[in-house]
Formats: sequence, C-alpha cells, structure tokens
Amino acid sequence: MANYKLEINDIAYEVDVDEGTSLLWVIREHLGLTGTKYGCGIAQCGACTIHIDKTPMRACVLQVQDFSEGQKIRTIEGLSENGDHPLQKAWIASQAPQCGYCQSGQIMQAAALLEENPNPSREEIKSKMNGILCRCGTYLRVIKAIEMVAKNEIPSNS
Amino acid sequence: MKKSSTYSRRDFLKSSGGIALFVGASGILPQLVSCSSPEEIEKVLEKHEVTAWVKLSENGDITIFNPASEMGQGSMTSLPMLFAEEMDADWSKVSVEFSPQESEIYGSPGWSPGTKMMFTVGSRTTNSYYTTMRTAGAQARYVLLHSAASHWDLPIAELSTKKSKVVHEKSNKEISYGELVSFLQMPASLPEFSEGQLKDPSDFQLVGKNIQRTDIPEKVTGQAKFSIDIRLPDMLFGVIERGNLHGSKPTLLNEPEISASKGVLKIIPLDYGIGVVANSLEEALAAKKKLAIAWSESKASDHQSQEIYGSYEKIAASKDPGRVLTEKGNVKQAHRLAAKTFTSDFKNDYVYHAQMEPLNAVIKVSGDLGSAEVWVGSQQGFDTKLGVPEILGIPPENVTIHLQYLGGGFGRRSMNDFVEECAILAKEMAPCPVKLFWTREDDMTYGAFRPLSLQRLTASTDAQGNLTGFSHVVVGDGGGLVASGVQNDHYDIPNQFAEWREASNGIRIKHWRSVGHGPNKFAIECMLDEIAKDQGKDPLQFRKRLMKNSPRALATLVKVEELSQWNKTTASDRAKGVAFVEHGSLGSGVCEISVDRDSGKITVHNFWIALDAGVIIHPDNVKAQMEGGIIMGISSALKEQITIVDGKVQQSNFHEYELLRMEDVPDDIETFLISSNSHPEGVGETATPMVACAIANAFLTLTGKKLRHLPFTPERVLEVLRS
Ligand code: FES
Ligand code: FES
Repeated sequence: MANYKLEINDIAYEVDVDEGTSLLWVIREHLGLTGTKYGCGIAQCGACTIHIDKTPMRACVLQVQDFSEGQKIRTIEGLSENGDHPLQKAWIASQAPQCGYCQSGQIMQAAALLEENPNPSREEIKSKMNGILCRCGTYLRVIKAIEMVAKNEIPSNS
Repeated sequence: MKKSSTYSRRDFLKSSGGIALFVGASGILPQLVSCSSPEEIEKVLEKHEVTAWVKLSENGDITIFNPASEMGQGSMTSLPMLFAEEMDADWSKVSVEFSPQESEIYGSPGWSPGTKMMFTVGSRTTNSYYTTMRTAGAQARYVLLHSAASHWDLPIAELSTKKSKVVHEKSNKEISYGELVSFLQMPASLPEFSEGQLKDPSDFQLVGKNIQRTDIPEKVTGQAKFSIDIRLPDMLFGVIERGNLHGSKPTLLNEPEISASKGVLKIIPLDYGIGVVANSLEEALAAKKKLAIAWSESKASDHQSQEIYGSYEKIAASKDPGRVLTEKGNVKQAHRLAAKTFTSDFKNDYVYHAQMEPLNAVIKVSGDLGSAEVWVGSQQGFDTKLGVPEILGIPPENVTIHLQYLGGGFGRRSMNDFVEECAILAKEMAPCPVKLFWTREDDMTYGAFRPLSLQRLTASTDAQGNLTGFSHVVVGDGGGLVASGVQNDHYDIPNQFAEWREASNGIRIKHWRSVGHGPNKFAIECMLDEIAKDQGKDPLQFRKRLMKNSPRALATLVKVEELSQWNKTTASDRAKGVAFVEHGSLGSGVCEISVDRDSGKITVHNFWIALDAGVIIHPDNVKAQMEGGIIMGISSALKEQITIVDGKVQQSNFHEYELLRMEDVPDDIETFLISSNSHPEGVGETATPMVACAIANAFLTLTGKKLRHLPFTPERVLEVLRS
C-alpha cells in the first residue's frame, strides 16, 4: 500500500492503494465518483473516459501512481456545477441517452473534442467519438447534440 | 424532476410528507395514509401489504411509482404518463420512482390474464400496463373528485378535473390537488373503470406528447445509479472465474497461493467456477488472475461452431419430424402441385448481448442469515425475488429488492444467474455486503448467446406466379429462442408450415433482443425477395399483393414506400432493400446500402421505417427505440459473431467481438408513426429483425448475389461476390 494524492474536479483526494491499481477503480470504488463507468478494462469502449490535463483518456488502463503529481483530473461529476454544461443541456434537448451507461464517456469525450475544435465537421465528430461504444445505439442523437452545441442551437427551455 | 430511487416497502412512504393513495391494488381496500405520521404508517404496514401507485403532497408534488425496469426503453416516463393522463395530473409536478418489487401488487396481467407479474421482457411493458396504469390513475382521480364533492357539498357529477385541479364550472370554483390533500377522504367503494369509462384516446392531453424523459437529467451528470455503482459500508468484492468451456467443472490447483493472496478473504468453489471474495476490487481481480484451474470436459467439448452447419443441414433434411409451430392448409400438396419451388438455407452464428454494463449485483445478508437486501439491475421475472430466497433458504418476504437502472438488458438481465451467484457469495460473507463483479471477459466468455441456427425455407408458386406454399424448418437449440417469428400472419399464403428441430451443443443460450425473430425474419423476408426477383417483380409491390388482406400491415408498407422514395432511382453504386416485421407492433423498413467490392465492407446509408404500434404513448421515445433497434441490427448483421472451437468461446472482449461504432452509423434513420387508437403494442424489438433481411435484399438488387449467412462480415461478402 502507498498513499497517493489526486486532484480530481479541483478537490484534493488521498487514497491508500497498491501501486499499479487502475485509476478507474480508485475513482469509482475508493473515492465514490461512480459517474465514470467500467465497460471493458482494455481501452476499447470508452465508458471510463475522463480528462487528464484536458486530454480525454481511458481511466481503465491508467495506473494511479502516474497521476498523483498534480495532474488535473476531471470526471463527469466535475464537468459543470449544476449539470448545465452546454453539452449536458444539448444531451437533454436531443434526448440522447437510453440506458445511459455509456453517456458519461460520450459527454466527456465530446467536451474534450469541442475544447480542441469548437466547430467540428460531422466527419470529425465521428472520428473523434469513434472510441466510445453505445450498445443502445444512441449515436445519431449524440452527433445531433454535439452539433447543437457547435452551432449554438441549444433550446433555452432545456 | 426528483431523483429516482427504490425503497423498501417499509421505507418508501416515510421519505416525505403527503398522502399516499392506495388505489389500484387488488385485494386491498382503497385507503389513504398520511405519510407525515410514522405511527400510522407502521399500523397500516402491520395490517397490509402496503403499496401505493401515487403519493400526493400538500404543495402539489405528485410521485408516481413505476413497476417496470428502466433499461433505456423509457418505462420510467411512459407508464407514469398513462397514470398521470387519467388522473389529470400536472406533469410538471410529477416525479417518478421505482415501485417496490411486489408482483401481487404491482404486477400486470399482461403475460397471462388472471396472473400478476413484474417482468420487463418481450417488449410487453406498455402493452401489459396500458390498462392497469390508466385504471389506477382514473381511480386516483375519482378519489380527488369525491373528496372535493364532499368538501364543497356538491354533486360529484358537476365536477371536472384539469391539470391537477378539481373544477366546479357552474360556480367558477376550483381547488388544486395539493390543497385537497387535507380534505381527502376515501369513498365507500371505488368504481372499477372498464375500458369504456377511461378517456378516449382522442382526448389524451399528455399521452402522445414529446415530453422529456424523466430519467435523462441524471443520466447526463453521472448521478444515475446502476447497481455497479452501489457502495455500502464494509462492502466486499466477489469475482468468479468460470472458464471458457460452458458446462465444464473446475478443480482449483493452487488454493494455498490464492488464500495467501493479498486481501483475499475466502475462496468459494461453485459447480462451474471458482469464486473469490476480497477486500477490494483490485485484490479480487488480482487473485482471479492467479487462479490455476483444471477444467473437466463438458457436453460442449466437441462443439465447433463454424463446422456444425453440415450436421444442421442433415437434421433439416432428415425424415424425423420436429415440433410443429404453425400449420395452415396443406403445404405438402402445395409443393407437389407447384409450378416452381424455391429452397434456401439461412445460417446464423452465435450473437452476444454486449449490454454496456457488465453483470453485477450487490447483496447484504443479515448476520442471522434470515433476511437479505439486493441491489440489482434486473428485467425482473416470474420470481420477483430473483432466486435469492431459495439460495438463502428464507421466505420471499424477507428479501428486499432495490431495483436500479439497468445499463442495458436486451434479454440478458432476465436471467438470474448473476443474482444467485451474488447471493451464494454474500451468504458466506454475512453480514458484510458483497458486490459481485463480472469483468467484460466474464460477461462475454460466459455469456448466454442467441443460439446458432439454420433455417431451411421452401416456397412454391403456381403457374400464375402466386405464392401457394411456404414451409420453414428451424434447426437449433432452445425452442422458442430459435422458433419465435416464424409466423406469416400478414402475408396471404394459403398453405404454410413451420417446425423446430432440436440441435443442442451445451452452449449457454438466452433471449437476445427480438429472439427468434432476427434469424427467422432474415430467412422469410430474403425468400420473398428471391421469388420476386425470379419473377422479375419489384419486391415491395410483390409484398403489397401478399398483404392485401392485412390493411394495417399494408399501410406500413405503403408509407415506407413513400418515405424512402422507393421508386426513385438511387446512385448506381447504391441499392435499397425492404423488409416487414411484426413483433407486437407492425413495421416496414427500407435501407439503402453500398458495398466496397475490394474490401467486402457493406455500408448502410439510410434507414426508413413506418410503424403501426397502436396508441403511441411517447412518440420521440418510440423513435429512439427504432433508431437503437436499427443500429443494434446493423451491428449484429455486419459484425457480431461468437465462435466456438473445441467447445471454447473464442472471444473475450470488444477487440475480438466488435460492435458498430459511430463512424459506421447511417446518415439518418427516419421513422413515421402511423396514428391509431388501438391498444398499444411493443416497439423495442420490431426494428432489429428488419435489418439483416433489408440489407441482404438490397445486396441482391445491387449485386445479384445472395447473402445467406449472418453476420455479413467483409470476408463472407467477398466470398459471395466471387461465387
Ligand atoms: S472501461 Fe475503459 S475503455 Fe472500456
Ligand atoms: S445509452 Fe445504453 S449503452 Fe449508450
């Protein structure tokens, strides 16, 4: 066991786990930030997507000791104060989620995409989002939601 | 919208003030219970199986309880909408919570009349609960009317309701439901409300509107709770190694090493696997990796999934009859007298559910082993307590199920294997709760697949080209798992016959979205195109003639013809294909595809659907089900394949079992909903079976070649193109 300090959503956390422990288990099971999901454990599904210093990464294949030196980690819980990030509003407006399990990953990947490229083409959206699986088949509504934000077309009542 | 959650019977009325209206629960006198008085709740709890469909608060808040699982199909919105519609509740004041899991109270008779069941399967939820929810809502409204009538001392017949208000038009008086709470009183008896006394669908205010789904806000913030997210004090973690040969028995070879492994608390051997419980998830997984297990042979040991079709063909050709599924007219005679007969075989490899949340459950067994609490995402079942009472040897009423959101179901979560496993582990570790965790590898390798199957179809036509006989032999494991969807009730074919012939290989199998409809519609709809092509007829017009006696089915076909601009020529490298599916609702679909002749890759560019599902409760959600169903259909038709070598499942994770990703989605999926006042039918499984046949039919038009083996992987497509 070793003690690690993590900065997640601007909050300082400390956790005692073994070196080599997956960042996903630390975030979910040790710290209780369960919005980030497990789907495959091998960087294939994207359900565990978080931001590390603004870059989208798959938490399941990261190890805790590599991210305890002041890196800024962001999870879905820290994307916005009140669930009112433009993407979250657009997600509601387009009624994107079905079961919802993949959606934290979808939204975190999309947030990183728009920060890098506020006005992506549909092809760019597809290629950047391609790593996030959705078994319920919500892809078209996810695309629609991202395009809503890119074009600043989120209905105000959502 | 308030956060949804499940309560135990005892807790669920205590969560806030207000009045619970006990209506719609059979065998119980309708009554009101003040939720601000804990003593009174306790008193009622002692006397009755306490239940309520709705809770009213003085401030006007209304909580409606949803009896069905929510796995993305929208029950958390559509069922409460039905209740609110009849109650005339102001939807902006409504929040929704899961009901307790008590089928005597919250079950519906939809699966078989006279029984009560809570079971979210077969796209039956809306169909089954349509009348139950509306009647309960109407009874709640009646109690409000009755209370206002006696409060004002006016005849009930002069009162009406509107948006959470009782109104007396004559005197211009009104009182809100919230204000009525302190005057609520129960009538001596409640009218039963037959169908005719409920609202006429054309008067619906809420039903048929595109309101926002109640579960979505918490699904965009990460707050929605799936059972995998449950964390309890002192919770331990359980994992099980089940091997990759179904039915095989394990012998653990390194018990001392595993016992000494860090954090391991207990090794729990099962018939088919070795369980390990540890303090943390990472310790449990690390120990699982170290397990050295000798596996016995099993019934599946000789199974080679890609070579088995030869023996299935023999079974299809044999003289031994199978179980007759449908028989109409005299198909043998029709074949004998035919001017022409057509025969084709259709093959379907194993398919895996791949719900995004791997199986898991959390169970806490009490220290005296006499009761248990279960947190689980389940499609429920015949046994509302999911097999836990048997395992613990305790009465069902001592088991409380806290239903959570399901991270996908698709039929996999209507099997309780994972809940029972968790109960076994939790019993050993009582009173500590145990989270049983299936890794993706566990979930895939020890999956319960849609069975491998072969369909042999023979059709005959007379001298005028009329379809006179249609026979359909299904070979595969699992009866209904491969046999559903063989009926052709909407095609006017005078002589029909279908049978199932068993072939069992020891592989775990299970319902997979739309079940036998997938393989069987693939076969039927491709056969129709084969005949139409032979006769030089347009496949859509050919179907129209066959549907002349089924006006509702025909209307979907006519509509999709228009929607897809069927008759307009597409680009020369593209083609359209059509298919019709009944699965409760009736749907016709058209796809537009192209094929890369170098790589063998098929691309679906567009999909159009016309659907008749009776009364549509929530149109946008029905469209979402069509979109999801089509995408799952494309994924399975083009990519998904479980293969078995020497009985061993060859795929373990998404790098080996690929799902459709965003770059391969169609440009658009357009759904037209045909308006209807008929009893609603399910929509969750109508789209998926359209896809494989529509693609194969488009492929036939485009290339003149027949795709007859699912999935249509690039290698198979190339092989067919070169044939
Ligand atoms: S769980 Fe990390 S990518 Fe699937
Ligand atoms: S919404 Fe269910 S997996 Fe994406």
